Amino acid sequence: MDRRKSLKVMVLGTVSSGLMLEACKTEDKKAILKKAPKVTAEKHPGLMKEEVKHLEEVNAYTYFTPEEMKTITILCDIIIPKDEVSGSASDAKVPEFIEFIVKDQPDNKVPMRGGLRWLDMQCLNRYQKSFAECNPKQQMEMVDEIAWPKKAKPEMKPGVKFFSLMRNLTATGFYTSEIGVKDVGYVGNTPNQWNGVPDGVLKQYGLAYTPKELKECISF
Amino acid sequence: MGNFQVKVQPKKYDAVIVGSGAGGGMAAYVLANAGLKVCLIEAGPNFNPAIDSKQLQNPWESPRRGASTKYRPFGDFDGCYWGWEIDGEPYTNDKDSNWEWWRARMVGGRTNHWGRISLRFGPKDFKRKSIDGLGDDWPIGYEDVKPYYDKIDKLLGVFGTNEGLVDDPDGIFLPPPKPRLHELMIQRSATKIGIPVIPSRLSILTKKINDTRGQCFYCAQCGRSCKIFADFSSSSALVLPAIATGNVDLVVNAMAREVLTNKDGLAIGVSYVNKEDMQEYQVMGRTVILGASACESARLLLNSKSPRHPNGLANSSDVVGKYLHDSTGADMGGIIPELFDRKRYNEDGVGGMHVYTPWWLDNKKLDFPRGYHIEYGGGFGMPLYGFQWGIENLNGTYKVKGKQKEAGGYGASLKEDYRYFFGSHVGMAGRGEAVARRDNYCEIDPAMVDVYGIPVLRFHTKYSEYEIKQAKHMKETFSEILHSMGAVITWGGDDGPENNYGLHAPGNIIHEAGTVRMGNDPKQSPLNKWAQAHDCKNLFNVDGGQFVSQGDKNITWTILALSMRTSEYIVDQLKKNNI
Repeated sequence: MDRRKSLKVMVLGTVSSGLMLEACKTEDKKAILKKAPKVTAEKHPGLMKEEVKHLEEVNAYTYFTPEEMKTITILCDIIIPKDEVSGSASDAKVPEFIEFIVKDQPDNKVPMRGGLRWLDMQCLNRYQKSFAECNPKQQMEMVDEIAWPKKAKPEMKPGVKFFSLMRNLTATGFYTSEIGVKDVGYVGNTPNQWNGVPDGVLKQYGLAYTPKELKECISF
Repeated sequence: MGNFQVKVQPKKYDAVIVGSGAGGGMAAYVLANAGLKVCLIEAGPNFNPAIDSKQLQNPWESPRRGASTKYRPFGDFDGCYWGWEIDGEPYTNDKDSNWEWWRARMVGGRTNHWGRISLRFGPKDFKRKSIDGLGDDWPIGYEDVKPYYDKIDKLLGVFGTNEGLVDDPDGIFLPPPKPRLHELMIQRSATKIGIPVIPSRLSILTKKINDTRGQCFYCAQCGRSCKIFADFSSSSALVLPAIATGNVDLVVNAMAREVLTNKDGLAIGVSYVNKEDMQEYQVMGRTVILGASACESARLLLNSKSPRHPNGLANSSDVVGKYLHDSTGADMGGIIPELFDRKRYNEDGVGGMHVYTPWWLDNKKLDFPRGYHIEYGGGFGMPLYGFQWGIENLNGTYKVKGKQKEAGGYGASLKEDYRYFFGSHVGMAGRGEAVARRDNYCEIDPAMVDVYGIPVLRFHTKYSEYEIKQAKHMKETFSEILHSMGAVITWGGDDGPENNYGLHAPGNIIHEAGTVRMGNDPKQSPLNKWAQAHDCKNLFNVDGGQFVSQGDKNITWTILALSMRTSEYIVDQLKKNNI
């Protein structure tokens, strides 16, 4: 393998990782790989057959009703709206993620379904409508009752707990999406050469590598 | 049961090896390269990192965004099949016992996802009883193992630095990567309070060592297993090259049931159930080598009863299953306000810490007998399931861009908070030596079998004051380091005597060892100093089972060195027709 050439390709980041890996293969390795055992589950390389079965079971049914999904979507976009940096939670398909994860981690089923119903009952008592049917002003009034754990009224506790779960699920779904990873500024997951903390950053924190480190550590 | 019959494989091998992880993989590699015919039995499916690894996948490529499942307890991208529980393969704990048993089922075993922390034992680690009177000395010393550490350093590759530390011996190291930002901060603060922080020692190739394995490209994903074989996994670095010799038959999905013996008490092969067709098989060999994991190897021996070995094979000492021990572990973490609103750059680095703290104190001056090392984490990790979970506990406590906010919330202001706190976390974990004791053990549960009808293990393990006091010391040290670097402790800071100072349950650190220990006295140990059974000269153990004690070092590098040593001995003994 021409290491320097392939690294240039890596650093430019214009090729897919598959190509990059192809470039790293040597004849000897090809020979080894040819003798490599057959993949277990061809449709899902790398997955055990038990995982494939579980995935199929989870995807075989829908948990949330259309009404529940509507409320989830509204809440998701209140928690993560579009701003000047990035899109909204629903742009990043967070509601679909929540549908999946609740089935994958069934312990969330009751807190989510119960929380949604609790919210609708609160709105019914206040506004004679379900949360999704309320106007945006009413929805925000309701959300403000449960979005601030430290100042919420004691009787709002179930709502606070539900909203915290919604906030966490929404954020986790959003920041692990392509839009969210870009928003938060994670720039890794790509072949590169780690050459230490950038000089400007070292200076900013009053740090420096020791002569011993500079001598012993790998440099590029 | 009309069709029920045992299929005996016609080919007779020089060695039947059970398990393809670090120990079994190394044995297969050495024997196959010496021209011997090997049958390698693995209880799980095939796994070739080049094909099956999820390296470089983005978080959104997992429907669960990397969250864990019972199939992958360390997350959806992790390179290990199964873990704390396996469908159809239970185990039990006696009352008051809480052993947690990790079991990998795949070619390469748990080496596909391990931390690659590759520490040699030091001279004192083999002779602890002579130092503090507890446990037992090994029948061998550092000088016996050093040549093999040297050989595997070269064969498999490990980075690090020679520091001249007596009990953290120098090695043949590749250059380490430079510390990350939080690691420099840890280094600066810890050093000031007398705690050394040195480059870590991980089996990751910062330089190319041969033509079959690539050079690290710094994606931090060794836990997923490396598609270009730039880190050490038994699957990529040992099993595939062993198969390439043409001398190894690999049998996957084969759950060993029993080691077969003849009327003279010698091992003649292994019986196993094929998990795919559920048929019973036997495979015969001149030697049998167990590398199934410390507990699985003990289970196999205890389940191999015969008239010559009524207490289980190689168990006239009644020591098989005894002296089970794991590394101790306790952790703590926090946030570094100085790192709020950090400049973004790629700091993935290698898959693991770039610096660590070897044990630096003298136990004679402390109230616990054995040491620990410290592993560090932090920085800009890939956002995965659980990313900044619990922001409501953070965003009301610290000013964000100079502004005091109310905890919780939503909207554009909340999005600002997530960006603000990203990359400011730091964590540390102590990994220490527990004293191996006879009354910590596993045995066959008299009343339970797995789905294959194989009797399962029952555990009896409990930590003593030694380990609890060590965990207390870990916590005090972590708290001191975090405070000295201006960090605020956000987790692991509330542990106390009521929960043994956050000491993890035994087994939880996944360094099981000691169940088939070596020793010169056949009454006190199942194996001799070559890891050869006292009671059965053509039976060997090459996993963590043979360990007398495990130091405050992760055990894989020593499993590899000892397996190579034993395998070379087997080659020699077979050639001389001694076994």
